Amino acid sequence: MSKKLGFIVNPIAGMGGRVGLKGTDGQMILEKARQLGAVPESPRRSAIALKRIICIKENIELITYPHEMGEDEARECGFNPTVIGSIRLGRTTLHDTENAAKEMLRLGVDLLLFCGGDGTARDVYNVIGDEVASLGIPAGVKIHSAVYATSPHNAGDLAVACLEGSSSGLRLRLAEVMDIDEEAFRDNRLSARLYGYLKVPYQRRLVQSGKSGSTHEEEASIDAIASDVINNMQDDCLYIIGSGTTTRAIMEKLGLENTLLGIDAVYSKKLTGLDLNEAQLLKLTEGTRAKIVVTVIGGQGYIFGRGNQQISAKVIEKVGKENIIVIATQNKILSLKGNPLLVDTGEDKVNQMLGGYIKVISGFNERIMLKVAT
Amino acid sequence: MAKKESVIYPYIPNSVPEIKEEMLKEIGIKEAETLYGEIPNNLRFKRKLNLPKPILAEWELKRHVMDILGKNKTCEENLNFLGGGCWQHYVPAVCDEIASRSEFLTAYAGEVYPDLGKYQAFFEFQSEIGELVGMDVVSLPTYSWGCAAGNAVRMASRMTARNEVLLPETISPERLAIIRTFCKSAVRKARIDVRLISYDSKTGLLDLESLENEISSKTAAVYIENPSYLGFIESQSERISKIAHDNGAMSIVGVDPISLGVVAPPADYGADIVVGTAQTLGIHMNCGGGGIGFIASRDEEKYVAEYPSLLISISNTVQEGEYGFGICAYQRTSYASRDKAKDWVGTTTGLWTIVAAVYMALMGPCGFKEIGQTIIQKAHYAIKLLSEIGGISLPFSSNSFKEFIVNFDGAGMSVTDVNKALLSHSIHGGKDISREFPELGNSALYCITEIHSRQDIENLVSALKEILK
Amino acid sequence: MKSQVKLRKYHAPVWSEPIIMEMSHRGERGILIPIAEDEIKTAIGDAESYVPEEMQRKELPKLPELSQPQVLRHYEHLAQETLGMEENIDISQGTCTMKYSPKVNEILARTPQIADIHPLQDEDTIQGVLQIIYQLDLFLREISGMDQFTFQAGGGAHATYINACVLRAYHDANGELGERNEVITTVFSHPCDAATPNTAGFKVITLMPDANGYPDIEALRAACSKHTAGLMMTNPEDTGIYNPRVEEYVKAVHDVGGLCFYDQANLNGIMGVARAREAGFDACHFNLHKTFSSPHGCMGPACGAYGVRNKLAKFLPTPLIGFDGKKYHLDYDRPDSLGKVREFFGNVQVLLRTYAWIMSMGADGLLEAAHVSVINNNYLSKLLMAIPGVTKRYAEDKIRLDQVRFSWEKLEKDTGCGTLDVQKRMIDFGVQSYHTSHHPWIVREPFTPEPCETYSKEDCDYWAAVLRQVSWEAYTNPKIVKTAPHNAAIHAINRDVLDDPKRWAMTWSAYLKKVDNNR
Repeated sequence: MSKKLGFIVNPIAGMGGRVGLKGTDGQMILEKARQLGAVPESPRRSAIALKRIICIKENIELITYPHEMGEDEARECGFNPTVIGSIRLGRTTLHDTENAAKEMLRLGVDLLLFCGGDGTARDVYNVIGDEVASLGIPAGVKIHSAVYATSPHNAGDLAVACLEGSSSGLRLRLAEVMDIDEEAFRDNRLSARLYGYLKVPYQRRLVQSGKSGSTHEEEASIDAIASDVINNMQDDCLYIIGSGTTTRAIMEKLGLENTLLGIDAVYSKKLTGLDLNEAQLLKLTEGTRAKIVVTVIGGQGYIFGRGNQQISAKVIEKVGKENIIVIATQNKILSLKGNPLLVDTGEDKVNQMLGGYIKVISGFNERIMLKVAT
Repeated sequence: MAKKESVIYPYIPNSVPEIKEEMLKEIGIKEAETLYGEIPNNLRFKRKLNLPKPILAEWELKRHVMDILGKNKTCEENLNFLGGGCWQHYVPAVCDEIASRSEFLTAYAGEVYPDLGKYQAFFEFQSEIGELVGMDVVSLPTYSWGCAAGNAVRMASRMTARNEVLLPETISPERLAIIRTFCKSAVRKARIDVRLISYDSKTGLLDLESLENEISSKTAAVYIENPSYLGFIESQSERISKIAHDNGAMSIVGVDPISLGVVAPPADYGADIVVGTAQTLGIHMNCGGGGIGFIASRDEEKYVAEYPSLLISISNTVQEGEYGFGICAYQRTSYASRDKAKDWVGTTTGLWTIVAAVYMALMGPCGFKEIGQTIIQKAHYAIKLLSEIGGISLPFSSNSFKEFIVNFDGAGMSVTDVNKALLSHSIHGGKDISREFPELGNSALYCITEIHSRQDIENLVSALKEILK
Repeated sequence: MKSQVKLRKYHAPVWSEPIIMEMSHRGERGILIPIAEDEIKTAIGDAESYVPEEMQRKELPKLPELSQPQVLRHYEHLAQETLGMEENIDISQGTCTMKYSPKVNEILARTPQIADIHPLQDEDTIQGVLQIIYQLDLFLREISGMDQFTFQAGGGAHATYINACVLRAYHDANGELGERNEVITTVFSHPCDAATPNTAGFKVITLMPDANGYPDIEALRAACSKHTAGLMMTNPEDTGIYNPRVEEYVKAVHDVGGLCFYDQANLNGIMGVARAREAGFDACHFNLHKTFSSPHGCMGPACGAYGVRNKLAKFLPTPLIGFDGKKYHLDYDRPDSLGKVREFFGNVQVLLRTYAWIMSMGADGLLEAAHVSVINNNYLSKLLMAIPGVTKRYAEDKIRLDQVRFSWEKLEKDTGCGTLDVQKRMIDFGVQSYHTSHHPWIVREPFTPEPCETYSKEDCDYWAAVLRQVSWEAYTNPKIVKTAPHNAAIHAINRDVLDDPKRWAMTWSAYLKKVDNNR
């Protein structure tokens, strides 16, 4: 039975970048981009990826949306795609992306390959969640989401490995869908949030030598971090557990219910609150020692203010800097490329307080010194 | 640098001044000194190293070294009865030949494609040891038996989440010292307690009552050896494994595989992890430099996940019928996970691994059976003759494999004196264990292997007779 | 610079050797062993009667049965399918210093005066061995500035483990062990600098590089506290960059009462140029199988010579070698010793080769080796940096010493061929697969060659030409790189088997049980 590959192109992704606009969410901006002479990046980039998939053309069914949303690129690259749905040429919106994803989910695609930026990932996420494997071909101006391959040709190679199913070391993982508020971004204010997680394939790169070692197994690292945190947990202390897969591992190791995107709390290794807001957190910390466990969210290195705004400046101030535990896998730390950790609590004073070096827990009995920028 | 009288070093092609200058020119600098600009002046070593004047000519060097080595008395010149952690067995010529193959001698950490033969030989070593000990997983060896035992104890501690190991008091003090080092921790709660179980003073066998009393829900493992350090075979091995298992602890057995043609494989009497030396398998003593130790276990994920050492697995390739190899479940090792690792791994004993693989292939099943029989017969021949000498007694020797205790209390002589006297007969007497086991009096640990002829044994006996007269 | 190098036509030997168990023929013998004489048999009887019944082996081990020439041929074929340092231009394995091991030293190491010595022999009968070890200790003290060495460690990582144990013993003796439970290392140090203190029970704190590639000194200062047991670092790090502020790092750790260990795996470029002592370190180690020419032996036997200052000497493993002016002796009487990390006193054959090599080089020779290795490295670096797709990260203007960590990040972006692809393709030209980098890969798509003094200018030219060719292929015909190797003894391996408990097999017996899972 041949595998089904869903393929969606956001035809306008990446238009803003070269003309100095920060993203193309919204018709007005799009028009402005066109006036400035912007050309979309997505056709070219998605074609690079498709060309790497052509070698397994005979073994897959490529399902795509009409014209500029995938059909054109697919035909140009030599595919004979199954085209579904309909669009208004040159007038596609995020609803088209969502409809396409919905239809492909229904048709049971094995992998949904989409080309765009953070906005596109969000649209896809809104429809498919982590029900089916998906992967982004990077073309957008803003790429903060971890669901995109490092380059279009890598996206193609990963898709081939995923569909062939025989490749060594191919794994699926939950990767973050991040997006920033584009309006704030254009005003030079940065405010991103974690929307959720898509299930994306990635290639483990095994180096078979007694010398070189291999890359970290992400799950093993996360598990080791959770063991370390639990090993050092004190009984008479409230633990506020931030959002994300790294912190979730602590809850799962303790056998506790938890929310992936929300803030939960633990006391004496028992659950005391799920999906808490600021007010609830302030109340819970009343009259008790508390610690905050957070991980690094998104590619930019935020530990506060992105995806965990519930842990507000007030909460942080109350808990105190010395009671903040930052956890992150080595891979995540490396993805910062040497940049410091960031905080955006909304309060300068608290941001300042959080500055300086911090020992980030990166494994069992393992710490990495990282700087928190002020 | 180029100005002074230059020596052209045969090991350094670019020590020819002209070539060096040409290269410096290509780099775009005048003299090599410039290349050290990054090292602050106060950290520079200002004077010349105070080393002996070099011996440049190869012949002179060889002669110089041979003159020094000539002060040694080898176990070829002297008749040797020392064992106790390093044993003299015959090294087949084919083993020496393969050990000197430049490819094996000088390769290092290359990948499987360029170094396929190395990987296959490693896999064959694992396979052969696996047959001898009765286990389906064998690791690439570590530095020595003691190190392997230390690793195994740590594995057991992690697997059982317990922090105590029980060992027989008859264990080699040297191996015990290594195990103790491995069991220490900078953090108190991570330490593994090492506790010794007493032995039966008549037989040397483990005191099972004492074991039953000591073992508890804290015990991660019981470690025994076959043959034991003092030479005897622990006949209660199966019961010891059972006692361990009944208490939720693991059974670890250390072996000298040269015995495994006649002695039961540890898997048969309940061992969960087997460790041991491979030095006896075709590797010269090298004054202790022949050390090599393996770890083996059943083929279960929970064991494989805890190995500190590299495990070579066979695999296939894209070409039908072709074998490939690679490192199994690689995430475990420290190379991959840094301090997340369960233990650490490094350059160990690759060449010896290959040599031992050759040895086991040469010997085959019959070779192992015959060598086991020969050693036992010769050892017991020596035991018999020695026990007939006045002033000598031989405790624990009824179950001996190749080593046994010779006690000189009856003769009123210290082992030091006996051994000094034996040296004048060109004999290296047995290892003095009177300080290691004061309760055994003036005792020495003697070792007989296949290399000892009847005449050799009789020479020892007549020398001792003369000395103790 | 534009050398015209003709790449050689190469193909690895392909022998398609079966596993030795498959070659077995019932009844064949590879070697006969001396059987007990009839008189012994008569006097003693059956061997089995001395083995307690429940401990007797019931079934013979299923070892292969082969005659001697068959065994020899099989292993000679396997040898041929292994690319030794002597068979190729082994610039590839950076951080390993693939140095020529003089053949004369090999002959010396194989004489019975070394090979057939028992370590427990009377001291009078091993004066030659003890003299070699004692003298070597003196040589290394001079080269490092330390006061006492031990040779018990069988490899470099084993020596760093000794250091972790010394840290433990030292702080324990000062009554501070409970408090001092943190060891600081740098991410460009060898992984064993993190793994061995961790095994010894310490918490490990890793410093990341700053913008210039040096370990972040502000981070170090922030990490130092009353909990600091010690620092374990290399210099130059694996990037080949010498850290000129190393003294400040040492001081920061000393100021809070920690000890400083210098992992000198990367000594080769600075032998006789800079020493551990002047930089303030308390301890260091040398890899005798790397810097000091003993062969690597497919991963050992090797030696990590570990040296300390006087204040730490009492903690070293037993025994040490002493000399009273007339006689050398083994000193076991060391009450503060940390104990033992291995049986006996080291890989003596390795120590002998090292002794002979130093004697053949002398002070000038060691310095020459260091100089030439740095010249070679900078020459090769210039050649490599001219290859499309090659970059290097950090401190562009700084001179690298013994090696450079290069990057194929650009090549990967441009062509999709990354460092692991290049690594598999280069062996098609008869050079060993290069060392990428220890993990983690801070430098993306890394590779780390080390052209030590063994290699000629032409060797450097050839090695660079191989990479130039592979780069060209990546840009013009990436498939050939992606599907490599083409001239090796086998084709691309199925790696999934290696992590799959249903299919992995560490022994032939396990393989036979699982063979159907592999179909």
